[in-house]
This record gives sequence, structure tokens and C-alpha cells, in this order.
Amino acid sequence: MSEIHSQRDLAYVRTEEAPAMPAPLTISGPIGWMRQNLFPTPINAVMSVIFGALLLYVIWITLDWAVFKAVWTGEDRSACIGDGAHGACWAMARAKFGQWMYGFYPFTERWRVDVVAIVGVLALVPMMMPSLPYKRANGIFLLGIYPVMTLVLLTGGHFDIDLSTWLTIGAFVAAIVIPILLLGFVAKIIQPSHALIASAAIAGVVALLLIVMSIDFGLPFVETSKWGGLLLTLVVAVTGIVASLPIGVLLALGRRSNMPVVKLFSVAFIELWRGVPLITVLFMASVVLPLFLPPGTSFDKLLRALIGVALFSSAYMAEVVRGGLQAIPKGQTEAAQALGLTYWQNMGLITLPQALKLVIPGIVNSFIGLFKDTVLVGIIGLYDLLLIVQAANTDQKWVAPQTHSTGFFFAAGVFWIFCFSMSRYSMFMERQLDTGHKN
Amino acid sequence: MSVTTGIDGPPKVAFFNDPRVRSIGVQAILIAVIVFFGWQMVQNTLTNLEKANIASGWSFLDTTAGFDLSFTLIPYSESSTYGRAIMVGILNTLLIAFCGIITATIVGFLVGVMRLSKNWLVAKVAEIYIEVVRNVPLLVQMFIWYKVVLAALPSPRNAWSIADTVFLSNRGITIPKFIWGDGAWMISVAVIASIVGIVVLRKWAHKRQEATGEQFPVFLTSLGILFGVPLLTYFLLGSPVEFEIPEQGKFNLRGGVGLVPEFAALYFALSIYTASFIAEIVRSGILAVNKGQTEASYALGLRPNPALRLVVIPQAMRVIIPPLASQYLNLTKNSSLAVAIGFPELVAAGGTVMNQSGQAVEIIVIWMVVYLTISLLTSAFMNWFNSRMKLVER
Repeated sequence: MSEIHSQRDLAYVRTEEAPAMPAPLTISGPIGWMRQNLFPTPINAVMSVIFGALLLYVIWITLDWAVFKAVWTGEDRSACIGDGAHGACWAMARAKFGQWMYGFYPFTERWRVDVVAIVGVLALVPMMMPSLPYKRANGIFLLGIYPVMTLVLLTGGHFDIDLSTWLTIGAFVAAIVIPILLLGFVAKIIQPSHALIASAAIAGVVALLLIVMSIDFGLPFVETSKWGGLLLTLVVAVTGIVASLPIGVLLALGRRSNMPVVKLFSVAFIELWRGVPLITVLFMASVVLPLFLPPGTSFDKLLRALIGVALFSSAYMAEVVRGGLQAIPKGQTEAAQALGLTYWQNMGLITLPQALKLVIPGIVNSFIGLFKDTVLVGIIGLYDLLLIVQAANTDQKWVAPQTHSTGFFFAAGVFWIFCFSMSRYSMFMERQLDTGHKN
Repeated sequence: MSVTTGIDGPPKVAFFNDPRVRSIGVQAILIAVIVFFGWQMVQNTLTNLEKANIASGWSFLDTTAGFDLSFTLIPYSESSTYGRAIMVGILNTLLIAFCGIITATIVGFLVGVMRLSKNWLVAKVAEIYIEVVRNVPLLVQMFIWYKVVLAALPSPRNAWSIADTVFLSNRGITIPKFIWGDGAWMISVAVIASIVGIVVLRKWAHKRQEATGEQFPVFLTSLGILFGVPLLTYFLLGSPVEFEIPEQGKFNLRGGVGLVPEFAALYFALSIYTASFIAEIVRSGILAVNKGQTEASYALGLRPNPALRLVVIPQAMRVIIPPLASQYLNLTKNSSLAVAIGFPELVAAGGTVMNQSGQAVEIIVIWMVVYLTISLLTSAFMNWFNSRMKLVER
């Protein structure tokens, strides 16, 4: 014992644990990170240097053009001409900003567009956040009330609906309501009370719609040829996607139907639109569609383009929805049948809710595609954001070497912000909907 | 239940509750609706055309066009017919699609692999490229190429050149022109012969490896044959092909083949835009291959390169090719945007014919038939490919 004691006196013996040393600089901190991620091997080091230089160069020329050499203030082209003006001519973008957003919408009426935009954002944001309640009420507002409100506000309402229009619409309503009533009261396939409610609802909604549209709210009429810029782009994109959803669902169901004629019709319709470029569809809508209608009828250029866009995107939507329908196991349908649900009850209550939830990211993606495609309406002469930017390029007041680039990069930036945020949202929804037990 | 079940038949139900009757009824209604609206449309169209004094039919294709096209692959002049103008358009569409597909594939695969690089900077650059390009409409990019980038290029006098053979200026791209001399057809024969030779060599090498286990450097030999044999033929024949290399003049480039700026803008925009989508497809395809596959091939003693080539890539291709084909189709359809900058492909040339002759219905039919043919051929290829590449399961 004494021996040990003497040893302890002689040598230093540590009695408590030494604190851990920090990791060497070469594997931790910024230097370590760079060693591992940028310079692990000589080849990697060379690549890092090359790509780093490339990245810095691109960032530099972008900043140089967009910020350092840019012209921010000025009344006309003289500001953007000269030795110093090799950068963007933001002075022009500022002068033209209102036109690029609203098109030729009358200056005093622009508040109507603002109201539509603000209400739309206020209704859409809670709809897009999965954690917030009242989705059903919000959906009804967005898909039922908001479009009518937008139509009335943007055009001014007070449509002059004459007798023949009333009769035509009445005939269409009758063509839908009478079969429902027949099915209910004669064939007894639908419960008579349901049939009565459904027909009353259809007739009521159509009548209400027509009445609201014909009321004079005291708003001056703004014809659609004056709509333009981002407003027009958004109108085309949103109408396209909203109209394409129900048509797309019907086509997707038709494509999976057991009835050969229905299936053939759906397949032919989908493949026809998917096989041709949108621009030919737009040409068709603007040039050939009027030929198909009874002589003497003519309708709005924007409406024609909207019909083309809606038909085109419904074919794509049908394929997205079909993907969702295919992902729902057959057992769901079989269970629904075992419970005695009819086809439409099964679809409406069991299969479609699950399928549509699955394809929300797909729907957002096809919306991004449609949003980018809306620039094509410029080719048939509708002043969307791109065409109105181009129109500004030829404005004598602002002709300067950098006018083109400023306009186009501005448009590119606006589109990028919309599309990029939508694609992030689609990724967010994908994570939200990923239940983790995919097989 | 009031339904009586007979021994020799199904339960009796009202006829309209019989699924077969209902299905026939629904289909009959659908046919009736389609026929009704179709008939209405045809009648209206005929009346409208008659009012506008336009004779429907295909005879207008033989009429003299009277307008010039800026870029043609086949001889075309103002005195050519409408039919020939449309033919020029179809060929231009195919040309731009072919060039665009090749470039987009190369760039897309490179960027897709870069996106998976362990080097943070390389992956980031690839990601920025994809996210920027994918989210800006193609037409906007095309205008940026056409009105901003190409317009900012130097004039022909100061054109940028690659080894003084390919020139890039604000007049577009100028490349050397081949002038076929006597006996040049022998070179084409040599190319075909070397391809046949390579196929035979591959078969032989495969057989030998199965029998003896020895490998033969097939790839390098094939490369040698593919370039060596035609080159040898070329020199043996005494260089029958001449290159007309463009020369810089004061105001223009003389000689060579000039590809107009519209073509260059369309080509760059289409390739760069589609490449960003292809890159994402390639990335997801490679990621879709289970990591266990790589580990298993290492465990079997394969080295990284053969493991990638023999195990990972074949499985990734199965995931990559179907969406890749649909991107090719998209590129072909998107080439129709050329109408906005005036490159005479099918839609632009057809549009001019439509404006001049007023034969709107016929032109739209031509457009639809051409594009539908291309897309149906692509889907036929896809079905064939899928059935060939399908996982063979127990």
C-alpha cells in the first residue's frame, strides 16, 4: 500500500477525465466542410474552382447589369442612352409597371382588379394551408362565388341578356333537368326527392347566375380587349385550371370506364389534345371555332382562347387524375360495392376524394405548366404579360439598347417567382401527403 | 326481398336497372350527342365557308405560294406551291427537333449527373440551372436568346469562331459545307459496313466471353472501326469530300452553311429548356435504383465502373426512358413556338399559307395530322420499349 502511495507522490496521475478536445480544423468547421465537400480529391478541387469561378462570374454580370450599371430613374429614353447605361433600364419598367400589370384597363377602374386580387389571395392562402379549418366553405367560395364576383368586377357586369339567349340557356337547362326528373319519377333510378332537389338546384343556380350577371352595379363596362398584362395571364391560367378540373375528372373516369364508346371517346379526346402543340389549339380556337358556330354568332376573342386553353389543359388534367385513380387499390371500390353504393356514390364519396388528394402535387405541376403556356396567347394577339412587355419595347418614348433585355428579364422574373413558389408548394404538399406507408 | 329468383335464370329486375341496358343507353345517348353536334358543326362550317367564298378541299396545295421562306432544306422559291411550303415546314420541324433532342440529351444527362455530385458546388450550380430554366416560360427564353443574346453578338466581321471553321455572329451560326465529290458514296457504304462489323464483333466477343471468360475491349475497338474505316476510305479515295469553310467578309460570312438567327435562338432555347427537365428525369432515374444493387455488385466483386455500367445504369434507364421520350415529344411540339420569332417550321409556314389562302380548316388538319403522327409513333415506340424492358417477375 505504501508502495503505491509513494508512486502516486512520484508521478502525476490524473484523477478526473480530461475535457474533450475540439475536432481538428481539417474535419470540422468551414475548413473541414470545404475539404470534404469541395476539395476531397484533386479532380474535385479543379471542378470546384472552375464551377466556383463560373458561378461568381454569372452572379457578377447579373448584379452588374441589374444593379450597379442599371438606370433607376428617368422620364424617357434619354436616361437609358449614353455611356453609363449598359445596365437594365428600370426607369422604363417603373414607368410601364402599371401597364404591365393591368394592361389597358382604365386607370380609374384598376381598383376593381386590386379587389379581385386581394380577395383571391385572402381566400387562396387559407385554402392552401393544410392545418386551417373550414376547407369546404372556403372551397365553395373559391369555386362558386369568387369566379362570379371576378367576372362581374372585371367586366363591370350588367350583361345585356336578350330573349334568345334566355331561351337557349333555358333549353340547355331543360336538357339536363328533364332527364334527371325522368330518372327520378318514371324510372325511379334516383330517389324522386333527390331528383327534385337536384333539378331545382341546377335551375336555381343558373337563374341566379344570370340575374347577378345582368344586375347593374353601376360599374363601367370594361371590354376584355382592354385586359392585359399579368391580369390577363392570371385570368387565362386560373380559368384554364379551374375549368379543366371537372372536365378532366370526367375524362379520366371515361377512360377507365367499361363502356367501349365512352372509353373510345375519352381516349380519342385526350390523345388528340395531348398530341398537338397548344399553339395549334389556340389558332384553332381563334380561327376555326367561329366557323363551327351558326353563322352570325361571334364571341369574345378572350373567351375563344379560354375555351382552347380549357380543352387543352383538361386533357392533361385527365391524365393526372387517372394516375391518382390508378393508385387507389381496387379493394376500395369493392368495399364500396359491398356496402351497396352506386357508381357515382362510390366515386364521389370513396375513390375520387382519395385520388384527388393523392394528385394535388400533380395538379399544381400541371398548373405550373399551364401558367407558363399562357404566354402563347400573345401569339394570337391577346396582350398578356409577355406581349405587353414586347409592345413596350417598340414604344418610341423608351427605345434604347437595353429596353428589350429589361422587359424580357422583368417578365422572366415575374414568371419565375410564380412558378418557383408553386413548385415549392407542390413539394411541400408532397411531403404533407406522404403518409409513409406507400408500398 | 320481393325479387324472385328462378332456378333457370338471373333474378328479374326492371329493364332500366339492368347494367347492360343502362350501359347501352348511356352509350347511345353519347353517340347521339356527338353525332348531333358534329353534324351541326359540319353544317355551320360549310355555310360559313360558302359565305366567305372559300372553296374547301386540297386543291389549294398546288397554288403558287408567292412568299419566300428564310430557311429551307429543299429547293424552294416564291414560285413554289403551298404544298411545297408546308413540306419545307415539316422538314424544318424535323430538323430542329433532331438537333434539339441531341443537344438537350447531352446537356441534360451531364447536368443530371452533376446534380448528384458529391461536390457541393457542382451540385449547387446544376440545381440553380435547373430551377432557373425550368420555371421561366420557353417563349420568354426564346425571346431572350433572340432579341438579347444573339442581338448582342458581334457583327460577321468580328464573329466569334471555333478554330476558324464555325462562326457565331448576329447573323446566326455559320458552319462548313460539305461538297460531295466523285465516289463520295463509298464513304457512306464504309460507314454502314463498319456498323455491321461492330454488331458482328459484339456478338463474337459476347460468345467468347461466355465460353472462355476472357473479355475483349469491344468499346474501344468499335470506336476505332467506326471512325477508322470511313477515314481510311476517305483517304484511299483521294479525299473526295471537300469542306467549304466560311470566310469572314466585310459585311457577311461567305460560303459555308448559314443557320439563320431564328434557327439558332430556337435551337438554344429548346435545348437548354428541355435539358433542365431531362436533368431531373436522369437524377430521379439514378436515385430510383436501390442502393442495395450497388452494394450487391461490389459484394460480387465488380469494381465501381462495371457496377455502374452493368448494374445501375440498365436499371436506371428503365425509369428514365419513358419520361425521356415524352420530353422529346414535348420538344418537338414546343418547336412550334418558332412562329413567334418567324422561323419557318410547320406552324409558321402553315400559318403563312393560312393567312394567304384562307384555308384555315385544311391547315389545322395538316398540323394535327403531322403532330399526331409524330406523337403516336412515339407512343408506339414507348409501348414496345416498356414491353421489352418490363421486369420479368415470377
